[in-house]
Amino acid sequence: MVTQSNNHIDAIPKVLLQQLLDVLSAKGYRTVGPVVRDGSVFWDTIRQVADLPLGWRDEQTPGRYRIEQTGSTRIFGVVHGPQSVKPLAFAPREPLLTIERSKGRVSVQPTMPKSEKVAVLGVRACDLAGLAIQDHIFLKDAYRDPYYRIRRDGLFLIAVNCTRALATCFCASMDTGPRASANFDLALTELDEEMLVEAGSEAGREVVRALTCAPASPAQTREAERQIKACAGSQTRQLDRSRLPSALYDAHEHPRWDDVAARCLACGNCTMVCPTCFCHSVEEAPDLTQTGSEQSRLWDSCFTQEHGYIHGKNIRPTIKDRYRMWLTHKLASWIDQFGTSGCVGCGRCITWCPVGIDLTEELPALLNSTTQVKKESIRS
Amino acid sequence: MSDTNRANQPVTPGRPTLAVFKFASCDGCQLSILNLEDDLLALGQALDIAYFPEASSEMRKGPYDIALVEGSITTPEDAHRILSVRKQATWLMTIGACATAGGIQALRNWGDVEAFKRTVYPSPQYIQSLSTSTPISEHIHVDFELWGCPIDKAQLLRVITDLLGGVHPRLPTHSVCIECKRRGNICVMVAKGIPCLGPVTRTGCGAICPSMGRDCYGCFGPAEGLHEGPGLPPNTASLAKEFHQGLRLIPVEVLRRFRGINGSVRPFREESQAWEQNDRASHE
Repeated sequence: MVTQSNNHIDAIPKVLLQQLLDVLSAKGYRTVGPVVRDGSVFWDTIRQVADLPLGWRDEQTPGRYRIEQTGSTRIFGVVHGPQSVKPLAFAPREPLLTIERSKGRVSVQPTMPKSEKVAVLGVRACDLAGLAIQDHIFLKDAYRDPYYRIRRDGLFLIAVNCTRALATCFCASMDTGPRASANFDLALTELDEEMLVEAGSEAGREVVRALTCAPASPAQTREAERQIKACAGSQTRQLDRSRLPSALYDAHEHPRWDDVAARCLACGNCTMVCPTCFCHSVEEAPDLTQTGSEQSRLWDSCFTQEHGYIHGKNIRPTIKDRYRMWLTHKLASWIDQFGTSGCVGCGRCITWCPVGIDLTEELPALLNSTTQVKKESIRS
Repeated sequence: MSDTNRANQPVTPGRPTLAVFKFASCDGCQLSILNLEDDLLALGQALDIAYFPEASSEMRKGPYDIALVEGSITTPEDAHRILSVRKQATWLMTIGACATAGGIQALRNWGDVEAFKRTVYPSPQYIQSLSTSTPISEHIHVDFELWGCPIDKAQLLRVITDLLGGVHPRLPTHSVCIECKRRGNICVMVAKGIPCLGPVTRTGCGAICPSMGRDCYGCFGPAEGLHEGPGLPPNTASLAKEFHQGLRLIPVEVLRRFRGINGSVRPFREESQAWEQNDRASHE
């Protein structure tokens, strides 16, 4: 969303950003931020501003990711890597229980994660939207997941409003960005010399009070607004949701599914990098002596054979079945199930697909020509 | 692998016997057993290791409860010997790419073995060798197959644990990519333009190679098995096309990607043969 914020906005000189890290540390947080590794950025512990990807920027196109050092003074020039905030709350592999058997008795011990205060610096608006969806899934009503809860409760979220869009971004059309509008503790906007700071929670305001900062000038806030709006305006991809969910259900027998299935590898990369995909499996690991077992939860994908295996039969044997299941759930039945789209427009599934399948291309192809197919069938 | 009845029968109570047999192979998978370290002691307690020439000169006669078979069939003698191994074993499991898929030596299936013999040996008439290297399953019924070059120690232990517990072993068959992403690896194909076989390769290794920044070369074989029907994974054709059109590999390079350690398994074999034709066409 590009609507202007009503919150109070402060400005701190970028050279003083270290103070923010120090304040967080003093308040007992371990700060993680994007750190350059292996040609991308990954969440890692940071202690000083120099640990952040100063001067780096990413270019993303379907099936391709590259970062380069530009020599600029931008701290948050890299929009994102393959990880959303997802792994920080919903761990890719998490021990759930240990089971022990002795003298004919079985005892079960839950293995809860260690509670830890973690400040996440550099969260994008699309990822906040993804996290809100994950919160809904893991923490709703009676089905609260205690493992997720412990990790999630420890998070202090520092968003960075986007001032540059990637070729794969389409958050503006999903109403999730490029401005962080909710669910953050602090939101930063990076200008040339200053970092504008907006608090979104009481914990955020406490941190701001400990910083040496002054209210942002009208010129500074105008410049921030201009850059965020320009970022939204520069997005070349979009996803038209006006006919969803019904139009995608109607496209269930569309020949385009065969076309995309011929390209899809069913490798599951799109689901792994998706900020909202929540599928997981539970794995039992007994020891050789049959006296104990460890049960873990790990990220799963609707693109695996096992995922569609129910009552002695695989209900989604072909790649076509699986891609159709994924896209239809993500863009259509998710709305019926959770009241929102399952897509936040981050574009990761486009970038990290090894063959560059682009859902913003697939959806119009599936919808537009459906009408044509229907018309043709009426004519004949 | 298909015989679930046999798998569901508990093996002999007490300490079931284990035998390890070698055919045409490098012994690396047998070494994986010896490399189990602390778990090797537990294995020795849970099982009676009755026949394992690589480990012990005490070699007791069968029958055995569990037979592990390493290596492929490349000689007339071995084609005969594997029949007797089958007769001695209640439960027979292949370990590694050679036994499960024919191994790297299955490259001979595209070559002229007689010509190789004449080139290598001064008296080739003494060499008795088949013109092909074939997986064990082409000769006898196999109850379970472990992929990999070498196998993954944890998978081996897991399968034996399941057998001892009377459970039918079940191993994941999905792509290496899923494990890569769980581990927080960079995708070497997307971020570095390296032609990686991970998207069409079966998981189980722990994504070792991409974790070291290099490409998967498919040593765990094709994801989800052997192309049991149209439209099923692995989609080698799409990945090969991307290697060629996106990453600019020439046809012979695409061919070589698929014709490696598991080159003889149907999905990889068919893909490499398709690119062999493309390669020929490009020279015409």
